[in-house]
Amino acid sequence: MGATTRLLCACVLGLHASLALAGPKIEHWTAPSGARVFFIESRVVPIVDVQVDFAAGGAYVAEATEDKAGVAGLTRSLLDMGAGELDEEKIADRLADIGARLGGGADQDRASVSLRTLSSAREREAALALMQMVLQQPAFPAAVLEREKARAIAGIREADTRPGSIAAKRFARALYPQHPYGRVPTAESVARITREDLIAFYRAHYGARRAVVSIIGDLSRAEAEAIAQRLTAGLPDAPEKVSLPEAALPLRDTVRVEHPATQAHIQLGLPTVRRGDPDFFPLLVGNYILGGGGFVSRLMKEVREKRGYAYSVYSYFQPQRSRGPFQIGLQTKREQAQAALKVVEDVLAEFLARGPTEEELQAARRNLADGFPLRIDSNRKLIEFLSVIGFYDLPLTYLDDFPRKVEAVTAAEIRAAFRKHVRPEHMVTVIVAGE
Amino acid sequence: MWRSDRTRVQNPCENDPVNFIRSGNDPMKIRLFVSLAMAAGAALANPHEKILANGLRVIVQEDRRAPTAVHMVWYRAGSMDEVDGTSGVAHVLEHMMFKGTRTLRPGEFNKRVAAAGGRDNAFTSLDYTAYFQQVPARRLGEMMALEADRMANLVLDPKEFAQEIRVVMEERRLRTEDNPQALVYEKQMAAAFQAHPYRRPIIGWMNDLENMTAADARDWYRRWYAPNNAYVVVVGDVAKDEVFRLAEKHYGRIPRRALPERKPQSEPAQVGIKRLSVKAPAKLPYVSLAWKVPVLRDLHKEREPYALEMLAGVLDGHEAARLARNLVRDAKVAVSAGAGYDATVRGEALFVVSGTPAEGKGVAELEAALRAEIARVANEGVGAQELERVKTQVIAAQVYKRDSMMAQAMEIGRSEAVGVHWRDIDTLLEKIRSVTAEEVQAVAKKYFGDDTLTVAVLDPQPLPEGAPQKSVSTGRH
Repeated sequence: MGATTRLLCACVLGLHASLALAGPKIEHWTAPSGARVFFIESRVVPIVDVQVDFAAGGAYVAEATEDKAGVAGLTRSLLDMGAGELDEEKIADRLADIGARLGGGADQDRASVSLRTLSSAREREAALALMQMVLQQPAFPAAVLEREKARAIAGIREADTRPGSIAAKRFARALYPQHPYGRVPTAESVARITREDLIAFYRAHYGARRAVVSIIGDLSRAEAEAIAQRLTAGLPDAPEKVSLPEAALPLRDTVRVEHPATQAHIQLGLPTVRRGDPDFFPLLVGNYILGGGGFVSRLMKEVREKRGYAYSVYSYFQPQRSRGPFQIGLQTKREQAQAALKVVEDVLAEFLARGPTEEELQAARRNLADGFPLRIDSNRKLIEFLSVIGFYDLPLTYLDDFPRKVEAVTAAEIRAAFRKHVRPEHMVTVIVAGE
Repeated sequence: MWRSDRTRVQNPCENDPVNFIRSGNDPMKIRLFVSLAMAAGAALANPHEKILANGLRVIVQEDRRAPTAVHMVWYRAGSMDEVDGTSGVAHVLEHMMFKGTRTLRPGEFNKRVAAAGGRDNAFTSLDYTAYFQQVPARRLGEMMALEADRMANLVLDPKEFAQEIRVVMEERRLRTEDNPQALVYEKQMAAAFQAHPYRRPIIGWMNDLENMTAADARDWYRRWYAPNNAYVVVVGDVAKDEVFRLAEKHYGRIPRRALPERKPQSEPAQVGIKRLSVKAPAKLPYVSLAWKVPVLRDLHKEREPYALEMLAGVLDGHEAARLARNLVRDAKVAVSAGAGYDATVRGEALFVVSGTPAEGKGVAELEAALRAEIARVANEGVGAQELERVKTQVIAAQVYKRDSMMAQAMEIGRSEAVGVHWRDIDTLLEKIRSVTAEEVQAVAKKYFGDDTLTVAVLDPQPLPEGAPQKSVSTGRH
């Protein structure tokens, strides 16, 4: 059974942490363990979601003489593959018995463990007991590590044949040549990783003072307080998080990679802003107009609607702990890669030079402000915002401020913010399979 | 984006029916959960229904948790209704539905939705085509006006068509041509089915796209886009009577039209194993086994489709299920493995098990291991607790679904598309929960012989010498 959509993954477009219009009430406190907690009581569905984020993403892997990129991801992966008394099969069995879902992952900044469970007492208690064990007593079994390394290496080797993955990795390396964000796990770096590396990384990074606990659902504040403390009290005594190094701006460059694919994969961009940057809202609104607003963006109109060059073309800013990327991406028939790239560059240059029209600005503000409730109409969406607010120290009023701040953005601010952050002399272009 | 875990091997399944809802799970899992979960309807406390005089059905689920709503229009026309030579036209028309009406210029539809603070998209499957908007609930009337307009007044301008068909060809390159596992799936379907229209890919053969005209799209539109071949699903912060009033106002005046006869085009019995091999640039091989099995036609009389759903759940319904446990974690014969079956389709059903072999293991070894897992169920049966676990997933998924208005609308829409009335979703759930271990064992014994099997293998080809290691950095330009 299959389906095909008019636009692939409309949801990667645009900024992730765009938040709420008179949002729901966020409660915040610090647990006795030192973990910071963010909570929304939501009684409409009998479920509870809990997420614990640590400053334990890939960027926190220490520089070493031997590259061990991949430690952060493997540490996170192995947490629920054996903990306390339970081996991975028992953990999987118990989760299945209560219909709970344990998930999460690691990116460059965050490592997270997330839980969704029914709120009924039996299920909730069993699920939290498992989550606690996974967080506090991971066993990192040697045999499991060997298997997961083999799977990871297989995945990397496969990804290294795919034009989209190749482009993404080259792009990261070119944007961040001297910065941890540019370190990408390789078959070699993963092969070097030992059980001791995982244990050391866990002990150094999975501490309560580096943890943010987000909770939403069918429970009271008192219950949430007990849960947050229970999940974080027994964590390793890791030091508080240290700041990541500043990312230098690369010199303008174009990287071309040969590949037999029928389509060229093109990415262009540069490191731009951290979370909490005061230019966030002008960049958010401006990017909606440039390439974030789905079918109504300038890039979509010029590249797809007018010329039929691509199925998907987008731009986004991804603010992170250190300067996250601004990125434009598209895929186009390999023979027309240069022509399509020219259109993208012209659209960007025009936008940098003149900024948005008043009509575009109005439309963007309308969509982002009026459409705000769509961003927070489920617990799933809300907990991600709780996590971002908590992890990146954004103001608690962020949800409430959002529509007002969007409405206040002017064309001059957008132009100034784009000129300041999107600097052509530092932009990197990666073309895989282009002619 | 941030959820991507580099250390996990993904098992892409591009043609998944819900791939536009970017859930972070393994795609094979999602497929199973959707098919099982759509058969489970405990949460549907209140859908309400009204049939307009022109035959359009309107189904409303009130959900007041947030001031938003989902509005979907479903047409009972998917790629299975196409004919040879114009494969892909259902999906091409879906694209053209955004290209203007008698009163709206091309692109204006998206602009109006955006101006209402909304998001919109559409998707085409083998069985149906659907359009949706997610909006602040108070803007529902405007969305209905827009959908009603393009249901009746679409303009298919040849110039717009000429641009858009190129976009669709780019989509085909992205999803299929350069995606080895999607290519395997496409060719496997084409081999498994010789007569049944499921043999044609939804996106269409490239040559059919190259030769398609605006007139082909227009024919399709005139044939299938009628209110009596459609239904509207609304979920959100709405009052049913107001929704019915708005629907009457906007859709009510579109005249009913005679619909073409649908021929069954049943697949003749397969009388021997089929094997095929697909070469594509890749590192890891992949093997997929598809058996012809029954679909659900009579909710009340049939039992086997429910048992097959449970079998898929026993194999791959959760992390503790057999394929991941036995093949990936224990025997380490696979880096990933999955199973899928959907009892509720308009056409015919395949039961698919597939996987990527681990380093040093071949596809033959993995094929044998996958078949052994089914044989083990056939010979030894399944445990009571094991079966209970799968049922627990079904129930939990049904509760979790209530967190998403879109998921609720999809459940209603997909059921209706295959002829299961939303009122019967609860019945399906009960039936699934009533499946016994003996029934699971019986279907495992009955349906997994060689004669109805199609095996497809990805034969990975190395990239040309030098690529992708060879790269040129041109410095300033």
